[in-house]
Amino acid sequence: MAFVLVPFAVESVWVFWPAIQGFWFSLTRWDGMTPPTFVGTDNYLELAGDATFRGALVNTVIWLVLFGGLSVLGGFGMALVLQKERRGVGFYRAALFTPVVFSLVVTALVWRVFYQPDGIADTLLRAVGLEQLIRPWLADPQTALYAVILPALWRQIGYVMVLFLAGLKAIDPALHEAARMDGANSWQRLWHVTIPQMKGVNAVVLSVIVIDSLRSFDIVWSLTKGGPYHSSELLSTYMYSTAFQSLRLGYASAIAVVIFVLALAVILGYLVRAFREEAS
Amino acid sequence: MNKLRTGAFHTGMILLSLLWLGPVLWVVVMSTRSFDDIAAHGVGSLPRSFTLDTYRQAWTDGGELRALINSMLVTVPSVALSLGLAAMAAFALSRFRIPGRRTILLLMLAGNLLPPQILLIPVAKFSELTGLYDTLWALIAVQVGFGLGFYTFVLHGFMRDLPGEIQEAATIDGAGTAQIFTKVMLPLTRPALAALGALSFTWIFNDLLWAITVLRTDDNMPVTPALLALQGQFVSSWNVIAAGTVIAAVPTVAVFLRFQRHFVSGLALGAVK
Repeated sequence: MAFVLVPFAVESVWVFWPAIQGFWFSLTRWDGMTPPTFVGTDNYLELAGDATFRGALVNTVIWLVLFGGLSVLGGFGMALVLQKERRGVGFYRAALFTPVVFSLVVTALVWRVFYQPDGIADTLLRAVGLEQLIRPWLADPQTALYAVILPALWRQIGYVMVLFLAGLKAIDPALHEAARMDGANSWQRLWHVTIPQMKGVNAVVLSVIVIDSLRSFDIVWSLTKGGPYHSSELLSTYMYSTAFQSLRLGYASAIAVVIFVLALAVILGYLVRAFREEAS
Repeated sequence: MNKLRTGAFHTGMILLSLLWLGPVLWVVVMSTRSFDDIAAHGVGSLPRSFTLDTYRQAWTDGGELRALINSMLVTVPSVALSLGLAAMAAFALSRFRIPGRRTILLLMLAGNLLPPQILLIPVAKFSELTGLYDTLWALIAVQVGFGLGFYTFVLHGFMRDLPGEIQEAATIDGAGTAQIFTKVMLPLTRPALAALGALSFTWIFNDLLWAITVLRTDDNMPVTPALLALQGQFVSSWNVIAAGTVIAAVPTVAVFLRFQRHFVSGLALGAVK
């Protein structure tokens, strides 16, 4: 059937085949000009001793926990607060959702103004008498990573909120009514009715968050390019600069494979769930 | 008590909304300040001047016009092509008993879930090989290929739920497969297509990673990388950078406002499926 063959062929050429090549390249040494030479697992052995790689891995985990965890908590919290239709709710939802339509580069520039020396952050700190905290937020290795996570969160929370709002809407109100009749207070209803009912959405949000975290590149690249001294380096930015600035294509492919393996666990979970749903 | 609670709710939410909208408004205001004003009082101060010359500078000197055209040249065909192809695949997979259709569908989805990093080097090399490197064609091709899986998956879920009788009726009336697809299925799928269209527009328009992977020349860059370049060009002219930022954000905001309902339902569509 041509209907499915054409799209499948397009995806094969631009996704499946490159993915397979990616694995092969990770076993080679390659500068992009001369043909790649096979070096076996050398790249992976080098990764094991690469301090920058280890730092990027740790940062990626921090990113996953902080960016992922806080955007789920924030998004879910906001969805709970804003789920009931009442005056003003439409506006508040729209306000939180606004940054989602911006590109991460736009988000980055908005926040760069915030972090600028004598920018909004510094002005606010001075206003409340905390000027001793002032520092070059993005240029200080101690704060750079967190200064990048904050804008990413700012943009992600509205997105996660919308996903959760859709899930909350799908819950049968009769369930809450029944629980209320049985004397459950609002916390109990949250734990025993709302959260179990949202299982489907939770799985989706979880996959989206993990995949988004591992993919995160734009915001870091536009704010710090992974610096200073690799302090805000993620695996994704390290992979990019290794590939296209240091031109170590084989080594960069090995980093990409590591990212892939981390993502694979999530994708597999997603697919298993999809299969089970199909079957039922 | 109840009044107090409502008051607390609104106060809290207004503060939060301010936290979300404030930085955006700040940048919009800053884009209308003069260079001298910002140099003298800093980016954190309130405006003491007003000018729109910053927009002219970003637009012509900063090359935003060129970049916006590039972005449109990439985004519009990419959205149309990927949705068209995805609709075809979804139609075939949901309406015909193709062997292994579930595997094909999930394989396509899995392709979209891959971290793009694993594809960057091979895609860059492949586009060099085919002579597409540093052309907008390469960017269109990779955006279409990479997006297809997800769109197919969502559209498949939508088409599967359409009643089968419609298709049977059309077959009895003598419609061929292609006709059923264009005359019956596509019109019925419109809500989902609109939702995905709005979403994919912003995704492709906002992309940075693929653009800087398959493009090299500044003149070919779409808006997102051009904005980063603008930042290098006008290092301390924060007003011009702010104007450039506003220009880069306007198209997606416009699409969002125009297709607001579709947009949010599109996100929800992905979540519930």
